[in-house]
Amino acid sequence: MNLAESFRIALRALNANKARSILTMLGVVIGVAAVILLVGIGTGVQDEITGQVEGLGSNLLFIVPGQYGGSMGGDQAPPSRRFTIEDSDLLARRVPGVDAVVPVLQAGSTIKRGNRSVRVVVAAANEQGGEVFSGTLEGGRGYRKSEVQAAARVVAIGSTVRETLFPGQDPVGKVVTLEGQRFTVVGYYESMGGGLAGDQDSQVYIPITTAQRVFNLNYINTIVVKATDPARIEVVKADLRRVLTPRYGEEFTVFTQEQTLGLLSDLLGTLTYMLAGIAGISLLVGGIGIMNIMLVSVSERTREIGIRKAVGARTYDILSQFVIEAVGLSVLGGIIGISIGWGGAVLMAKFTPVPTNVTPWAVATAFFFAAGVGVFFGVYPAWKASQLDPIVALRYE
Amino acid sequence: MPEATGAASRIVLETRDVGKQYKLDGVEVNALRGVSIAIRSGEMVSIMGPSGSGKSTLMHIVGLLDRPTTGQVILEGDDISNLSPNQLAELRNRYIGFVFQSFNLLARTSAQANVELPLVYAGVSGADRARRATDALERVGLGNRMGHFSSQLSGGQQQRVAIARALVNNPSIVLADEPTGNLDSRSGIEVMAMLQELNAQGITVVLVTHDDRIARHAERVIRVFDGRVQAEEIVGNRVLAAQELASLPAGEVAG
Repeated sequence: MNLAESFRIALRALNANKARSILTMLGVVIGVAAVILLVGIGTGVQDEITGQVEGLGSNLLFIVPGQYGGSMGGDQAPPSRRFTIEDSDLLARRVPGVDAVVPVLQAGSTIKRGNRSVRVVVAAANEQGGEVFSGTLEGGRGYRKSEVQAAARVVAIGSTVRETLFPGQDPVGKVVTLEGQRFTVVGYYESMGGGLAGDQDSQVYIPITTAQRVFNLNYINTIVVKATDPARIEVVKADLRRVLTPRYGEEFTVFTQEQTLGLLSDLLGTLTYMLAGIAGISLLVGGIGIMNIMLVSVSERTREIGIRKAVGARTYDILSQFVIEAVGLSVLGGIIGISIGWGGAVLMAKFTPVPTNVTPWAVATAFFFAAGVGVFFGVYPAWKASQLDPIVALRYE
Repeated sequence: MPEATGAASRIVLETRDVGKQYKLDGVEVNALRGVSIAIRSGEMVSIMGPSGSGKSTLMHIVGLLDRPTTGQVILEGDDISNLSPNQLAELRNRYIGFVFQSFNLLARTSAQANVELPLVYAGVSGADRARRATDALERVGLGNRMGHFSSQLSGGQQQRVAIARALVNNPSIVLADEPTGNLDSRSGIEVMAMLQELNAQGITVVLVTHDDRIARHAERVIRVFDGRVQAEEIVGNRVLAAQELASLPAGEVAG
């Protein structure tokens, strides 16, 4: 008997038990759809965040206090000493081949105007902040060097802040209140869309000197350095280390953009695998459902197996008939599951802020995994069927 | 019927001192204790015995569904006593056609597909299969019922589909196990008439039954008792089902 014949027999059997076939398939459908959708979300998020980090430029270096290992989530000692603006100025003077050295301080706060208020992230830097922060001014200007030196109370605001505090108005020249201090708005930014790395539209930008004063801090969080030539980034990194080591010993870490990306990719990749794993479990449950139904089917059709064997079916014929039935169920379920998962991912990207990306790799993996589930969970019942003694099977009621 | 046909023709299947032991719930059963029988080409022979006589076990061995524990089974001159289940399946497909008491047709399957089944496992191509199945169904008078499912056919018709299935692969032996057991008397007579007619056309028929009257449809009866051949006799006053059918009051003719 050839394979086409086995397929015909299997399809006829599945067709004869439509309701049961569909219910059995449902387990695989849900499993595969979950795999496609969740991996699509994982990949989409990974792409978006990576894109955002890459958007910052490939020639950035980040200096943070404390020692970090090669990966995220390792043991980290709390930083014993934090950086100051003086460190930043020192680097600017002593390290060649850099376009900008930007001390950065970030803090959460609330910004008010009259009876309106909004939660914001205050991102404070020097006048070179525009070199390292993404975002485009829509109107007005950023703060100037003189305002940084004078610790002037000026602020440039993100689009969400502007829409909340100044609906339909030009905010430039208006006054807002931050940490109880009056600030003059000097500029506002274009909307960047809600990113998963943080809502940049809810940020406000002030001079770092002003920030230290209003938050009453004497340190800064990070120093961001922009190298002139991306190819010489390792040289710049070595120079930065050389300047900082006499002051901080080993108690600081310089990340390149690439390293940051690597860390993020690791983390997000792990997240994607975790999602795939969770979805995989439901696929496994679907497979067990197939095995269960196939076992029922075999004992229900013992007599049929006996008849087939009596008229000449060999072990292989019966085995392939039942394996093909199981694989047919799982493959059909896989195809439907891929359609549903893919459709769901497309709809989700369209109607929710969650980005999704269904890759051919994920589709192929889900499909072959589903087919594999059919083979794996179909073989045992099929083997049981093929081993039946025709005499016993014919006598079976 | 000429009684001489048997003696001269060649032996299709022969058992030589066949014994069969098996365990049933841990108890050793001695089902056959040295059975030697021969089935000749073109004859109609009954294997008869009460339940527990070893008749069914003998049928399984003659039908190549089972292997003997001791002794030999010779099919068309070859010793097949020690073949594997898969090899036996291929031989069954080629040499044996089964007719069972409970018809054993596939449910939710057309008469034609049921008849095609042995051809499927013989690897016959689709078109050829359909033609041969049609021929076989016409031979048993069911040419107009080919698309019907088993559930849409009467018992007698189902048994005729089973006979068509048994014939379709041109077997050496048609093995009928209590073929009238699940039929009303008229249908039973019709099925017996059909088997006798097929035998008259040259097909070897082995009838397995506990019923003396059914057994006497054959030319020869092998009586099995306690796992041994008790007697072998030529049937003197053979029952001819066609005559019986003619003598019955005219009823609706099934088919």
